[in-house]
Amino acid sequence: MVKVLLWGSLADLAGGAREVAVEAATLRELLDGLARDHPGLRPELDRGVSVSIDGRIYNDSWFTPIGPESEVVLLKRLQGG
Amino acid sequence: MALDDTKKTKDFKVVGTRPNRPDGIDKVTGRARFGADMVAPGMLTGRILRSPHAHARILRIDTSKAEALPGVKAVVTRADFGDVPDHVANVIDNCMAGDKALYDGHAVAAVAANSAAVARKALKLIEVEYEVLPHVTDVDAAMKPGAPVLHEGWQQETVPAGYSGNVISRVEFGHGDVEAGLAKADRVVARTYRTGATHQGYIEPHACLATMSADGQGDLWVCTQGHYMVRNVCAAILGMEQGQLRVTASEIGGGFGGKTVVFLEPVALMLAKKSGRPVKMVMSRSEVLRATGPTASTSIDVRIGMKKDGRITAAFAELRYQGGAYPGSPVDMGSMSAFAPYDLENVKTVGWDVVSNRPKAAAYRAPGAPMAAFAVESAIDELARGFGLDPLAVRLMNGAKEGTRASYGPTYPAIGLIATLEAAHTHPHWTAPLGENQGRGVACGFWFNFGGDTCVSLNVTPDGTVTVSEGNPDIGGSRASMTMMAAEELGIPYDQVRTIIADTGSLGQNEVTDGSRVTFAVGLATIEAARAAKREMCKRAAMIWGIDEEAVEWEDGAARPAGPNAGKFPPMTIKEIAAVASNTGGPIAGHHEVTAEGAGVSFGTHMVDVEVDPDTGATRILRYTVFQDAGRAVHPSYVEGQFQGGAVQGIGWALNEEYIYGEDGILQNAGFLDYRIPVASDLPMIDTVILEIPNPGHPYGVRGVGETPIVPPLAAVANAVSAAAGVRMTRLPMSPPRVLAAMQAAKG
Repeated sequence: MVKVLLWGSLADLAGGAREVAVEAATLRELLDGLARDHPGLRPELDRGVSVSIDGRIYNDSWFTPIGPESEVVLLKRLQGG
Repeated sequence: MALDDTKKTKDFKVVGTRPNRPDGIDKVTGRARFGADMVAPGMLTGRILRSPHAHARILRIDTSKAEALPGVKAVVTRADFGDVPDHVANVIDNCMAGDKALYDGHAVAAVAANSAAVARKALKLIEVEYEVLPHVTDVDAAMKPGAPVLHEGWQQETVPAGYSGNVISRVEFGHGDVEAGLAKADRVVARTYRTGATHQGYIEPHACLATMSADGQGDLWVCTQGHYMVRNVCAAILGMEQGQLRVTASEIGGGFGGKTVVFLEPVALMLAKKSGRPVKMVMSRSEVLRATGPTASTSIDVRIGMKKDGRITAAFAELRYQGGAYPGSPVDMGSMSAFAPYDLENVKTVGWDVVSNRPKAAAYRAPGAPMAAFAVESAIDELARGFGLDPLAVRLMNGAKEGTRASYGPTYPAIGLIATLEAAHTHPHWTAPLGENQGRGVACGFWFNFGGDTCVSLNVTPDGTVTVSEGNPDIGGSRASMTMMAAEELGIPYDQVRTIIADTGSLGQNEVTDGSRVTFAVGLATIEAARAAKREMCKRAAMIWGIDEEAVEWEDGAARPAGPNAGKFPPMTIKEIAAVASNTGGPIAGHHEVTAEGAGVSFGTHMVDVEVDPDTGATRILRYTVFQDAGRAVHPSYVEGQFQGGAVQGIGWALNEEYIYGEDGILQNAGFLDYRIPVASDLPMIDTVILEIPNPGHPYGVRGVGETPIVPPLAAVANAVSAAAGVRMTRLPMSPPRVLAAMQAAKG
């Protein structure tokens, strides 16, 4: 199980938990698992998110591996100028 | 740690030098072709009719008189676009109003005619019947219950009940217990800060030339930061397959985030489709200011608690950003970046995305971060000065480092903030004497950086020179940087490589030139493409020598036997291998396609001296120094240019620039005479110190540098002005009347 840290207002949509556990070994499995286990997160996931894995930020790479001890943080989708 | 002192991870021969820029001659001689420079046989001129109202229902549009005018070949309204996919619905609505005009300058119709004069005359013949609606342009006013609502039912599930429909979303970040932390402080600063909406201020207005053939194939020449984005968005709006629309990026006269979206392009394509003729559209400066993306104006509450020794006990910010008429202000980024430079036990940010009757905000270098940094860094400065502490020492005490849990969640890997602060603290600027009415300010800034979809194709010509094709418009010197990284990897001179920006038909998908991504991501792909070409050239040499290709290595621009057991063969240079390529298997190339990740976050510290005229309130910038981590400076002159450019734009944001709306909701200063960006005579030379803490996510350690430099200057200048004027400035821009009023109010 991978522990995922949610940002504050997202936690409200996941039943109030700032940290949730998901069975996942890749970024894709993580996102699918979050949507499946926490339907309240779906609108935000559909709008797009970025994910920090061990301090490095990922946007799109579904098959980025995630270890069971990895630090995983959900972030608002990054945009730049 | 100065540039020359940095420990090198590789013995670079080209990277880190300062060769002439490949686009320099064309630009200084006027040969470079920008958006408005392309012509086509039979070309028509396109013009846009814009709303004179801030908020109005469009009851009727009658284009018949315009269509009957001799010389008019096509007229377009929103009805011509029909239904579009959901993901581009707001895009086309911003390019051409639907049921409502949502801001002064919102496009409502367009014409294509034989001449500009006819087009202008035709616009006057278009009859639009409006029902003028109440409007709102201020972020705090737009949030109030009872404010005129732009869009019914657009509010997201994140917004609690009871808020105006203009409040689109709410976001919250942080950790710890802010109230408990504030209770431990020796002093708490609580203030509200405001920033005006500023435009990216690129010198080149938007321009494009569109053609659509009878068989449905389209071509577009356009000034943009992302021609692949233009292709994808326009194809969706016009119901085309992406492969049927080829987009070529012109040279670009600045973008800074403002050219990451479309404005004219789908309209030009529709006019071309209806007329059957090429259509060229060029915005005036007034149109650029009225109808393209400025950044958000903001209202930000900050509370920060500090102990007497400078330790921050807790920090809170509530950020309200109006992003114009459609959702998507950069408040998310502002909320995540506000306290990112600090190691805080108790921190929380709350962000609100708000719509108002202004043009839709577009990205502007590090979107959302400069305003947040202005508020946070001003409060920290006020606390430090209040305790008589060194503002840099306070930042060093609280600064984030490897292992710090960022305010937005993740734990930082190796980062460069402390290095920038230490460089600033030991720099002669910090201890230089100040005169009467002068003040010094410092501030830190943070930006995420990112990578994204990237393709590079590298081809070896028959004479052994090299061409690199990349898919990102060159805004900040990427052709020079890619040329240098290819030359470095291949071991050949800089002048043996030429880099071009390929059209959308030549490469796979490329993300927009944004997020400070290009030198990082395209550089990474260029290096990998060069490595692929090297492998192929080693293989060709192995064939000629009759040895295994694993027994061949590449060094200094030539294939060589890898060791004594491989045999004794003289090195084969790239030119020698290329000359016989037709005899050894055909043309030689390398390519790389990747979704680049691991861009690495970036930090900077700025220091500025100002003098405030006590009689007029006018501020003069006396001295300015930028300290920033570049990971690896590929072409240091360009890195310095990014630092300087960010500082200058930030100075303009701090002192002069602001969208000013009248009570009628009409923009009052839609021109560079009244919307004043800094010019050279306003500024000293901006000094720069490049720090190099290599990014482990890039083969050469490169880190994006383009956006971070605009994050600290708003606050740095405000802290300097506040010190010089003797009164804390909490609203930008700090125009002379505003500063004078604050000084007079402080004197009582």
